[in-house]
Amino acid sequence: MRQLMTFRAAILSCSALALVPSAIGEEGDKPWSQADDIWGEEAMAEARAEVLEKHGDIRSTYIQAERFELQSSDDEDVILLDGNAWIGGDINKLWIKSELEYLPDEGEFEEAEIQALWSRAISPYFDLQTGVRYDFEPEGLAHLVIGAQGLAPYLFELDSAAFLSEEGDLTARVEAEYELLLSQRLILQPRAEIALSASDIPEREIGAGVSQIDAGLRLRYEIKREFAPYIGIEWHQRFGQTADYIEAEGGESGEAVFLIGLRAWY
Amino acid sequence: MFNRRSFLGTALGTGAAFGAASLLPAWARSASHGNTGLTALTGSEFNLDVGEFPVKIGGRHGHAVGVNGTLPAPLIRFREGQEVTLNVTNRLKADTSIHWHGLLVPFHMDGVPGVSFPGIKPGETFQYKFAVPQSGTYWYHSHSGLQEQQGHYGPLIIDPAGADPVAYDREYVLVLSDWSFEHPHRIFAKLKASAESYNFNKRTVGDFLEDASEKGFDEALSERAMWGGMRMSPRDIADVTGATYTYLINGHSTLDNWNGVFTPGERVRLRIINASAMSIFNVRMPGLPMTVVAADGLNVEPVETDEFQMGVAETYDVIIEPRDDRAYAFVAESIDRSGQAVATFGPRPGMRAEAPTLRPVPTLTMKDMAMDHGAHGMDGMSHGSGDMKDMSHEGHEMSGMDHSAHGMDGMDHGGHDMGEMKHDMSAMSGDDAMMTHDHKTGPGVANTAMMPVSRLDEPGIGLEDVDHRVLTYADLRALERNADTRPPERELQIHLTSNMHRYMWSFDGVKFSEVTESIRLNEGERVRFNLVNDTMMPHPIHLHGMFFELENGGGDHRPRKHTVIVKPGEKLAFDVSSEHIGDWAFHCHLLYHMHAGMMNVVSVIPNGEHGGMAMPASADDPHAGHHGMDHDSHDGHQDMQDEPHDMDHGADHGGHH
Repeated sequence: MRQLMTFRAAILSCSALALVPSAIGEEGDKPWSQADDIWGEEAMAEARAEVLEKHGDIRSTYIQAERFELQSSDDEDVILLDGNAWIGGDINKLWIKSELEYLPDEGEFEEAEIQALWSRAISPYFDLQTGVRYDFEPEGLAHLVIGAQGLAPYLFELDSAAFLSEEGDLTARVEAEYELLLSQRLILQPRAEIALSASDIPEREIGAGVSQIDAGLRLRYEIKREFAPYIGIEWHQRFGQTADYIEAEGGESGEAVFLIGLRAWY
Repeated sequence: MFNRRSFLGTALGTGAAFGAASLLPAWARSASHGNTGLTALTGSEFNLDVGEFPVKIGGRHGHAVGVNGTLPAPLIRFREGQEVTLNVTNRLKADTSIHWHGLLVPFHMDGVPGVSFPGIKPGETFQYKFAVPQSGTYWYHSHSGLQEQQGHYGPLIIDPAGADPVAYDREYVLVLSDWSFEHPHRIFAKLKASAESYNFNKRTVGDFLEDASEKGFDEALSERAMWGGMRMSPRDIADVTGATYTYLINGHSTLDNWNGVFTPGERVRLRIINASAMSIFNVRMPGLPMTVVAADGLNVEPVETDEFQMGVAETYDVIIEPRDDRAYAFVAESIDRSGQAVATFGPRPGMRAEAPTLRPVPTLTMKDMAMDHGAHGMDGMSHGSGDMKDMSHEGHEMSGMDHSAHGMDGMDHGGHDMGEMKHDMSAMSGDDAMMTHDHKTGPGVANTAMMPVSRLDEPGIGLEDVDHRVLTYADLRALERNADTRPPERELQIHLTSNMHRYMWSFDGVKFSEVTESIRLNEGERVRFNLVNDTMMPHPIHLHGMFFELENGGGDHRPRKHTVIVKPGEKLAFDVSSEHIGDWAFHCHLLYHMHAGMMNVVSVIPNGEHGGMAMPASADDPHAGHHGMDHDSHDGHQDMQDEPHDMDHGADHGGHH
């Protein structure tokens, strides 16, 4: 019985191959096509392309003010905008990240940078991001960027990147965030950011090694998921040569800042 | 050719187009607005205009897309075997379509753009014409864009040609649905931006402290760490929730109180249709048993119950016999308990039953992760993939896991990479067999079910511990003997896959947009579909154009369905007789899952075409997007025909990657 069926299958395979090689070739181009004979090939081809695209190949956009806040310390006030936007599909996205620090007392930007990154999903929870960063302030400076962003086990949000400047200096940043739900809408977010440098960069007042750690707590209330005002505190600590540069200018190597801000996205 | 003609402009039922909710069709009105039960409709021609119109829901004004200006759409009722003509005119600016859900129509009348026909362009009238050999409760809805979410759905009843085996004095249709004042594209964009946008049932610090005081700090912490380690939430039960939805019965929110009347002692038939976009409902009538007499349109042996969980797109007919002179609540509670719709049945019009309070939010367990298994003797396992490592290793350290012994000593792990994992399953058998995953992995597949089990005898998430009877799929028996009782000649295995975090949904890790070849069946072939749910959510899976026999132990009286919920961590099977030639959509009926890619096409290829191939299509064809599905395609085919139920063949071969 088994042999007979094998034999029959073999015969059928051979005859099929002999009879309709062209049909197989044509069919191969279309995932299915039985309605073509009824409604016409052209009309179905268009509709088929659309039904495929609309079930999985969706482009989305996202824009977020992750931290739009007033940082107030003994020294001075800073207005920070840490914003992100992306456009793209599930696997490939264009990411824009920007960070602006404005000094309202002096009426000028202390820092202003923007990154344009190609973000590619490389695993269920992580994207590999490569691209460029340009600093407008304190001085015009371009960097190459490579980084990884995603959700680590135990639900830590991670964003890490290395920057190679046009001057040849290598620096890096690692940000980690966590969310503690005090209620469905009241959320306490510990956040830490570490800045590193491969070398002393005196013109940017950065020393080799760990140059700065910012660690803070933000308590936000999600009026809507997309709109959440917050308050918080953060400690900024410079280390090593970086601290020396700051202190030489009369600044403090470590300072506490109070935060009031808004997290919003669309 | 073929009933397709352009149609411009004159009034075809547009008079009602701006009528709003006050002009609901008779069947959907409350008793307080004159509805005392369905009236038999005769007619064989129906004019359906798809357009936009204002609605008022729960006192708030909204904007709907639907049919003939009402939400839900008109009731279409005709007789089994009768040829009907349905003229569908598109008055929208976008394409539209109508799919006749559960109807055995010729495939080019099935109404899925790009699969069965080109769709209906703006301004065009499309004429559907068919006669179907079936009766029962069905429904119809758009298969274009996200119009279903906007109100494009309605009930459809086919009266039997002969005597109805179900006796009743009065009948009502109850169309359950979920309405949002947000645009569906916005809902989808929010899910892509943050999949938990609508979840306000997450576990909080307070819940942790409660657990810690109950179970002890260490256990509570390790339980949290287990979920956190996998980057998952045990409260991911519904993606779109009562945070944006108003749940409706016949277009009425709880506030609007749809009410129906009965005379005490009457047998009342309720034809219940879950026409939601995303909401699985728990249906109950506190204080009143329900006798289920039909599922997905087809009669079943009457079975009395107090509650049942109802997947999107499923229909159930129940008989109630209220004897007391009082109001009874009909409750459709969203599976995640974020909201409900309550209607009233009473002896007089306008009564309002007391709405029960929402029950506590259920929390998923290890079983929903397909991890509640006998992991005995698995020390030798080694998984290279980071995610799998998290799952298996941390999982095994979990206290409270249900470890029961299975003889797994014979396991042979040839590969250390999930993509190349090869398990020799010869020492294992039955439903507890460890799963092979020879489908695509990557960013779209966050987890794989290691030990999926049959859950057909379970009532569904959140109903395990209620203090009354709950229907399970295992309880259903077809009233008539199954026409086709042949054992399957061939088995397919299809994994339901996802990455909730990225809001990616697919079959076998392949989104519909990436499919290069449909699932091919040959005419006359009897094929078993094994569905394995690798995700943490229940999925109502719908196959167009044919009923399948759900393998629930019912022998030759297995229930025949068009839609079945596959629970998290579950493996279930159904058999298909490939009688209906054509290309048929096959998808998760959660609208945004389908939109994200959890869809494919099942092609039934006529014999005699392309050389009359009886072999499984694409058996050795590596180009197909879904090539991993044909589990018997390498060397097991002949064996399979001899021993169609033997699991080993489905599992005993290596990965393709």
